[in-house]
This record gives sequence, C-alpha cells and structure tokens, in this order.
Amino acid sequence: MAAHRCGLSLVCILIFSSLAHPSSCDTLEKANDNTAEKRSISEVNTDGSVAGEALNERQWQSTDAEVDRSDSTTHSEALTPAAARDEFQEELVIRPLHSGDIYASFQFRTLWDTDFLQEGQKVSHYRLFPKSLGQVLSKFSVRELHISFTQGFWRTMQWGQPFIPSPPGAELWVWFHDTVSDVDGNWKELTNVLSGIFCASLNFIDLTNTVQPSASFKPLGLGNATDHRFLRYATLPREIVCTENLTPWKKLLPCGSKAGLAVLMKSEKLFHSSFHSQAVHIRPICQDEQCSSKAWELRQTLNVVFDLHTSGQGKKEWSLFKMFSRTLTEACPLASSSKVYVDITDNPEGELFELSPATPLLGQAVVLGDRRTYSVYDLSRAETFGQLRSFNLLLRWKGDSGDMLRPLLHAERYVAGFGLQTGEIHTVIYNNHPYRAFPVLLMDSVPWYLQLYIHTLTVTSKSRDNKPSYIHYQPAKDRHRPHLLEMLIQLPPHSMTEVTVQFERALLKWTEYTPDPNHDLTSIVPVKEESSYFVRVYTEPLLVNLPTPDFSMPYNVICLTCTVVAVGYGSFYNLLTRTFQVDEPSPPLSKRLANLIRRMRGVPLLT
Amino acid sequence: MGLLSDPNRRKALTGLLTRLNTPICIVCYLAGIVWFMGLAFEPFTLRTYMSENAMGSTMVEERFSSGERALSLAKEFDAHKRKAGGMPVEWLVKAMQSRGLEVFTQSFSRKLPFPDENKERYMVRGTNVYGILRAPRAPRTEALVITAPCSPGNTNNQAVALLLALAQYFRNQIYWAKDIIFLVNEHDLIGTQAWLEGYHHTNITGMEYSPLQGRAGSIQAALSLELSSDVITSLDLVLEGLNGQLPNLDLANLFYAFCQKLGVLCTIQGKLQRNDWDTAEGYTHAAQTMMLMVLKQACGRSWGDHGLFLRYHIEAASVRGINSFRHYKTDATTIGRLLEGMVRKLNNLLERLHQSYFFYLLPSLSRFVSIGYYMPAFGLLAVILLLRVSFPGLCHCFSVSLQPSSPGVLTVLTPVVISHLTGVALYLLPVHLQEMAVEHFPVSETEAVVLTAIAIYTAGLALPHNTQRLLSGEGTEQGWKVLKLTALLYLAVLLGCTALINFSLGFILAVTLVPITASITPHMPKALYAVVMVLLSPAFTILYCVFIYQELIEAPVSVSEGWMLFLSVISQGILDHALYGSLVYPLLALFIYPCWLMFWNILFWN
Repeated sequence: MAAHRCGLSLVCILIFSSLAHPSSCDTLEKANDNTAEKRSISEVNTDGSVAGEALNERQWQSTDAEVDRSDSTTHSEALTPAAARDEFQEELVIRPLHSGDIYASFQFRTLWDTDFLQEGQKVSHYRLFPKSLGQVLSKFSVRELHISFTQGFWRTMQWGQPFIPSPPGAELWVWFHDTVSDVDGNWKELTNVLSGIFCASLNFIDLTNTVQPSASFKPLGLGNATDHRFLRYATLPREIVCTENLTPWKKLLPCGSKAGLAVLMKSEKLFHSSFHSQAVHIRPICQDEQCSSKAWELRQTLNVVFDLHTSGQGKKEWSLFKMFSRTLTEACPLASSSKVYVDITDNPEGELFELSPATPLLGQAVVLGDRRTYSVYDLSRAETFGQLRSFNLLLRWKGDSGDMLRPLLHAERYVAGFGLQTGEIHTVIYNNHPYRAFPVLLMDSVPWYLQLYIHTLTVTSKSRDNKPSYIHYQPAKDRHRPHLLEMLIQLPPHSMTEVTVQFERALLKWTEYTPDPNHDLTSIVPVKEESSYFVRVYTEPLLVNLPTPDFSMPYNVICLTCTVVAVGYGSFYNLLTRTFQVDEPSPPLSKRLANLIRRMRGVPLLT
Repeated sequence: MGLLSDPNRRKALTGLLTRLNTPICIVCYLAGIVWFMGLAFEPFTLRTYMSENAMGSTMVEERFSSGERALSLAKEFDAHKRKAGGMPVEWLVKAMQSRGLEVFTQSFSRKLPFPDENKERYMVRGTNVYGILRAPRAPRTEALVITAPCSPGNTNNQAVALLLALAQYFRNQIYWAKDIIFLVNEHDLIGTQAWLEGYHHTNITGMEYSPLQGRAGSIQAALSLELSSDVITSLDLVLEGLNGQLPNLDLANLFYAFCQKLGVLCTIQGKLQRNDWDTAEGYTHAAQTMMLMVLKQACGRSWGDHGLFLRYHIEAASVRGINSFRHYKTDATTIGRLLEGMVRKLNNLLERLHQSYFFYLLPSLSRFVSIGYYMPAFGLLAVILLLRVSFPGLCHCFSVSLQPSSPGVLTVLTPVVISHLTGVALYLLPVHLQEMAVEHFPVSETEAVVLTAIAIYTAGLALPHNTQRLLSGEGTEQGWKVLKLTALLYLAVLLGCTALINFSLGFILAVTLVPITASITPHMPKALYAVVMVLLSPAFTILYCVFIYQELIEAPVSVSEGWMLFLSVISQGILDHALYGSLVYPLLALFIYPCWLMFWNILFWN
C-alpha cells in the first residue's frame, strides 16, 4: 500500500539506476504493458554476485528484440530450427495479495518471425503460432488484436492494480491496416470468426455497441498510425465466461494443456475463484534491433484470484496443488523459457508468509512504477523439481490479512436517482497521491437507449468545477450507434473527482427487449486511463432498469380488455348521447301516384 | 344495445334509474360492504403460490449451524452497545472486517420539524455501518440487502448478531451471484432513509448525510430482521410499506414456503393461521387479520425498515421474531437457516421479482385476495357517486350554469377556492406556526403542532356562514346543485385515484364519505345533519380507525387513551410526511378535507 502511494517517484530513479549497471541477465516482459508501463526481472543469485544483464529500455521493440536474442542463444537452440525463428515462453507469476487472497497470472508468449502482410508473401506453414489466428490476421488485415474474457470484477481496493486490467465480460479492440477500405465490414466478419474460435457470443458485437475512440486506445506494437478510423472497440458486459471459452483458448498453446504450466489449468479450479480473466493479445513487433523486419507476438494471459475464505477452510495456506489440484512435473518441451515467479516484495524477511521450497534465485522488476522482488523457479532446470520429480510450491501465511488498500488511483460508478424516467450516471475517480496531479483520459460508451443530456455534464473536484482540457463527444443514433464520450481531466492531488451526466431512459420497441427484460437491461463500461505511465482502470458495468411492459398473461388481458372497453364504451356513449327520431321521407311523386292507383284497385301498396 | 337504441325503452331505463335512485344507491353501498367483508371468507380467496420460476422448483439445502455463536455474539454486542452508549461503530466495523466483508460507514444527521415524543428525538445524529460481501466472479451489478436496526436498550441485539453470523457463513460459500450488503442502521427508519438516499444519491427529505464509499449495483431485494430474544415462538412477516406500497407477493410466498419447510410458526399481523374457515370464529379471525392489514396499509406509514426500500423499486419485507409464552419455541439456528434459504433463493433470481402480484390483501399467509377481487367492493361504493350525479335536476342544471354569463360559475368557484385555501392552511400552518404557538400557550412543540392542526380543521367548519354570503350573496337553488355536482365528481375522481394506489385508504374514505355526501342537500334538518357530517368527517374517520385498530390487536383503550393515541397519530402522520415523504397527510389536508368542506357548504347553503 505504501509502495503504491509513493510508486511514481520511484519509477524514474529505478530506470536510470538499472541502466547504469550493464550486466547480463535475461529479461522478462510481462503483459502489463500499455506502452510505457513495463516490467523486467533481472535475476540475481542469492550469493550476491550479479549475473546477467539488465536491460530496461524505454521502447518495446528493442526490449523484445533483446529478449529474442538472449533467449534463443541461451536456452532454446536445440528446440528451434534456424529456419523458422518461432519461439515460445511461458511463465506464472504468483502474488500473495494484501487481503490474504492469492493472484496467479499466467503468460504464454509466442513469437513468429514472419510478415505475411507484405505483398506476395503467402504463409502456409505454421509451427508454434496457432494457424487459426494466423489466418484470421492475414485475411482481415489485422494490425493488432486484443481480446479479453473476464468473469468478475477486479477489486482494486483489496487487491491493488492488476497486471493486465480487463472489464467484466468480453472486450475486443482491433487496429486494422490502413490498406483496409471497408473497416466496418471487416470488423463484422472478424467478430463472427472470433466468436467461432473462442466459443463466445462475440457475434453480438454490432454497430450499436462499437465505438471508435479517438484518444483512449493507441496501438501497442510497431507502427505509429493513430488514425482512429482503423480502430474498433467493443465490450459485451453481459458475456458469461466459462469452460467452453477456456478450452479453445488452451488449444492455441503449442503444448496444449498436456505439458508445462498449462497442466495447471483445470477448469473446475479456475472457476472456483473470485476473479477469472483470460486474454489474447496480438501485435507486430521488431524482429531485431535495427527493426528491419516485423515479427508477430501472441500473448495469451490468464489471471485468476483465489479467495482465502471460500477455499481456505480456515487454514491460511496455499499450494499449487490446492489452487490448481495439480503439481508441475515438467516444462513445456517447446518452450524456450518456463518460469514461476512469486512476488515477495512485501515479505523481505519472511514475516508475512513462508515459501517452500525456497529458491536461490531472486528477480526484480518495475511494475506500474513499483519495484517488486520475485523468487524465481526455473522449470527448465531439473533441480527445481527435487527428488519427487514434482514441483509443488507451498505458501503459508503468518501475518494477518490487512484492511483495505488505498490505491493511488481508483474509480467507481453508479446510477443515481429512482423511478423509470430519468437518472444520473456518476463516475467518481479518486486520486490518493498526496502531492501529484494526474491527467486522466476518461472514455465512456453509453448505449443509445440511455439518452444522455450532455448539457448536464459536470466535472467537479474538491467541490469546484474542473474543466476538461479535451472533450470528444459523439452523440448516439437510435438503433445505430452508442454515445461516445472522451475527456481529458486533470485530477488534483489527494482528491475525489466526480463526473455526472443525466440521462433519460428510452422506450424500446417490444421486440427489442431481451428475453429477460426485467433483468435490468443496460450495461456500460467506461475505460479510464492515466497518461503518465498508463494505468488503465475499468469501472463496474451498470445495470439500468428500463421501463418494461409486463410481458405476461395479465398484460395480454389488459390489452384485450382495453380494446373491448374502447369499442364497447364508444358504442355505448354513442347510444346514450344520440337521440333517435323516426324520420319518414316523403316518397317520390311517381310512387305516390302508383300507390294512389293501387289503393283504388285494392292491391297492396308499394313500400 | 337494443335496449338502449330503442328510445322508449331508454326512457324507461332512465326513468327507472331516476325513480329508484336512492334504493339503488343504498343497495350498492350495502353490497360494497358485504363484498368487502366476504373477501375474508376462505372459499372466495385464492391460495398463494410461487410464481417466480427461479425461486420455485430449486429447493436449496440449508446448512447454517452457528446459531449458538450468534447468541454469544449478541451478548458481546450488547456489552459494546452499553459501553458506547449507542451504536458501537468501531466494534461493528472490526467484526465485519474480520468476517471478510468490505466495510463502510455513513454518518447522517437530521433535525426533525418538531420533537417526536413517541421516540423522544429531535436532533438525530447517527452512523450506519454496512459491509459488502462481494460475490465471486460477479461484476458488481446486482445486490441483495439484509438489514438489522440497532435499537436503543435491549432490543434487537439478536438480530444484529444473527446478521453477523450469517455474514460469516455466507462469506465462506462460493455460490453467490449477487453481492450481499449487510446493513446495521441506527435510529431505525431515519438511518435506513439516509442510507437509501446515499446509495441512490438523491435527497428528497432534506437529510444530511455523508456520501457512500462502497456500492454494489442495483439492489434486487431486501430483508429486514428484527429479533429481540434468544428463542422465539413465531416469526411475523411485515409487508406494509410507505404510502401503502406492498412488495411483490412472491416475497411473502417465499417466506411462507420456508416456514413450512423448517416447521417454524409464521404469522402475519401477529395472527396465526387457522384451519376452521367454516366456523364463525375462523371467519372472524381471517376478517380481523385482513382488517388489520387494511388499516395498516391505509395509514401509509412504513411499518418496518423494509418500507422505505419500496420507493426505489426494491422488493423488501421485515421478518420480526415474536416471543410469547407459548410452549413451542424456535432457536436462532433455525431462523438463520430460514434466512439462508430465502437469501439463496433470492440469489437465484435472474430478473427482478415481477411475476406475482403487487396489489393484494392477505387474510392469512396462505390465502390472498388479488386486486381483481377487492376492486369491485370499492367500485360499488364509487358508483353511488356517479349515480347521484344523474340525480334529477343535477345534470340538467349543469349545462345551464356553465354559460359564463350565469352566476353559477362564481357561486361554485367561491366555495371551491375557499375550501382549498383552508386545506393549504391546514397543510402548512401547523409546522410553521409551532414557535408562535409555543410562545403564547403553555404547550410543547408537538402538542402545538397537533392542536394547531385540529384548530384549523375546526375553524374550517365556520367558513360557510361567514365567507359564502359575504362574497356571493344569497345562494340560489341552482347554485348548490352545481356545487354538489362538482363536488361529487371531484370526490369520485379523488377516491378513484387513491384506491388505485392505496386501496385500503380509498376504501376507508369511501365508506365514511360516500353516504353523507351522496345524500346531502340544504333542505335537510341542519342541526342533525351537521352532527352526522362532522361524525363522518376525515378526522373522525382517523379516530375510529385508532379505536378499531386497538380493538383488533387485542389492546382496547379507553376514550381518553384513544384521544391521546389520536393526537400522536396526527403528529406521526405529519412527521412521516416530513421525514420519509409519506403522502397521506398532504392528501387528507389538501384534497379530501377541502372536498368534504364543499359538502359542508352545501348543507349551509342559504
């Protein structure tokens, strides 16, 4: 907690100091990257002698290139044929959380040294990179693809910042190549294909929930094209993530779930947790330092938080077996590096928890402006597995689980008001830094059936008006596109900033209601970004109750009765108010004459 | 239709209606009363049944077992409450935190418009403590609320303790799909009101509160728990909420189903169910239960903490433990299991509770009267007003008087405006003049408010003598007819709207107001009818209700006690309006009373 608060001042210092030590080591890239945030772990032997080389460049590309080089030379020479320079790395980071819960983050990284987007280059041979995804990339001219499936909400107040933030439900954002002419068409097809690949309802992504943020999502890989016409972003907060999404995700791994860290992924344990998030990130990176050619990087991440209370049964003890009901026996044979890290930053003297087996290796990294220390277990070494040929990490809590954190930056969101006509969306952003102000980019996508009154938009911090320095607002079109609101706000130090906007609930057509209309319909996920070292914070989705007709038998009865009453009352009223008179028109002259003659003849009269 | 399209028959029909107008009205009135009383007769009512599928078929298994621990917690809580001399906020925060909840507090303060003598409070300051159990893998969009008021003295310790024990048990379960909020509120309804307003970020009653830090999405249902003894004989379900709103009937069905399953005695209005519907006692019992519900609903106040949730479209009920000297006892573990079962079922909900009835009366927990059955009783009374509109002469003069040149408009307008001004005075003055009243008379603030209200009410009776003639001269024969026509239509609309929202209030007002208003003319013996009218005026209706209510809860009172109760009911009504936004007092003061004054004007027309 303290580390979080003073984290920012540490960032710069750390970067410079590590640059000043040109020593050799292998570098680890973790997924927490939004351009600037990065983490590298330098391994240090416990005897104190620095081995290895700390590389901590500011640019992604060069870091990756370094990883490529060092790894391929050290570990995976035997496995990687020289022709196709594919590579696969796997790692598991375990962080005991402040609340007593435990956070396990898997990352599988596949590199593919090819650039099939260039003219005339047809790729038909796939080795480690999954073919299904490769074909999708080339067919739809995707430059970058980020997709995440999350079940649960990350509790920043208890757990701190996650490595990779993701909103509840499904999130997909894609940068297309600037050669694509029909972006919307490609996007539509792509979502349908991805929905098949991941067994998810991504096909529900259409124009009504897709936005093109102008500033909130920058490409993370190579290339600096920022024309947001080629960006598409969509979330599906109602998407429920379960085993059927995990299985296809596991199939993308080179070793499947047969060997390596992936054997730990038993779905009955992964879904017996407080938080579950799986993601796929694809982006182009540099092949080497000169950046003469491109390579593709596929990162598959899976984050789980296990709950102390529900699975602890009173014992404050964690082990790989207890978390995953499996132990590790080998690394994935295709992997160039396979490691398990345990975050021991808060536990330098072993007063909080006890780790067994102990490891001689320590690693350090800067994560989100925070210097973290890790115990490293290298699965490619036989001694990690010990005599039992199985690696079961055991973590025993000693200390008490603490109270709530005060993260540097967190946000919450709710709907104010009652009744079914109007309401007000409140987004509250807390900056707990004692003296630093942060610029924050707030992005908000609201479905069209909430009609925002944008003139009621207010931003207040410390009970004063806080004027955003940049506002991009795109109003919704009914049944066609959602509202998009992006704002750059300066958060004063140690403050609470409240963004409010009023809305009116639209009346839907009766076919537009979901099958469970009384389950409040709407969900909105805003994204928030802090631009100094890019922490992305997602707030909770909102459920908004829309005016719903009663879709039941009484409803039909009421409709029918009203019709009958209307018809019945109409005629009744008509009869009551009208006066009836017998009106006998005089017959025409010819008829009268005819009747006169008939009467004389004694025959019946004409009528 | 043939009957009406034939001019001769039509004439005959209108003739019949005109000739037999009075007998038909009397028959309608009696039929309305009989219909209403018949509602409590079991063969005429429906059995309750669970409509919501998500709660019906899947019976859950209850495993809560720490009732004993809850009781020892209750003692601990009691000790801390005594030490703190109020709500032990710190202890509660620690207790909730150690059970793995996210804990937040909210402080609030409220200055009452005048001192509340029943609860002895004026400046209210307090703190709400609530803990949120975050459901695993849920996106914080839905929540359930369990609340227990922290009451002064010895009461309700067991409720708070059981709440904590449930929190501990619930925290260890994996199956939650909705966040669960455990709320301990201080100063009963005021605390709940502050918390709800804070949660929804509204301010409708001028409460001062600190903003809430933690939220859990939209609240789907709430249960309020009141327990003051270690063992109980029965559990009472309280449904009546603010302005006579009721929660969805499925919530009552759920409670009943679990009481049956666990063998807990359950009551409603404090009355057990009887099986002998075919005997006179059985019927009387059911009728009493239903009458109690009608009286409670009509008074429009919230009869438990749950009542305030209903405004926010949150289905809520209070469960109250009753310990009498019967032999049969239920322990805390069983109550815990019952609540566990209910919460788990509510957790299964996929949509808001909406399948079952929102408008109903309960003659017992297993029987209900739906809106389709009880509305005719009111309809029979309301139709009298419409029949009287077509009384010979009334309709005819209406068209004549509506010409702007005729004096009719002015003669009608004057009493209407004056009556309503009196109503406005009755609504505004009691609270605003209390300081002046206290200065000049040796009374307390509360007494001042109530007595001012009664004084204004009585003063309104003198209006026809003084103002009427002053402004518009001698009343004409046509004048009173137009006024009566207007007043009858006005009353019909008023009662109709009231009955739609709060049937009980509408029905009780109709029972007392309809007979006298239907028959009033200026040609009647003034003294006799004046007495009858006063005896059937809204204020006396309240007085009768007080006596009937006391009779029904088997605590009869003497006349003087009844009078004191009547005074406190009036002050509570005004307080409820100011504190929680109850609408009964403004309805009576601004609409019903002026309407009644218009009829009073007719009696003293010339």
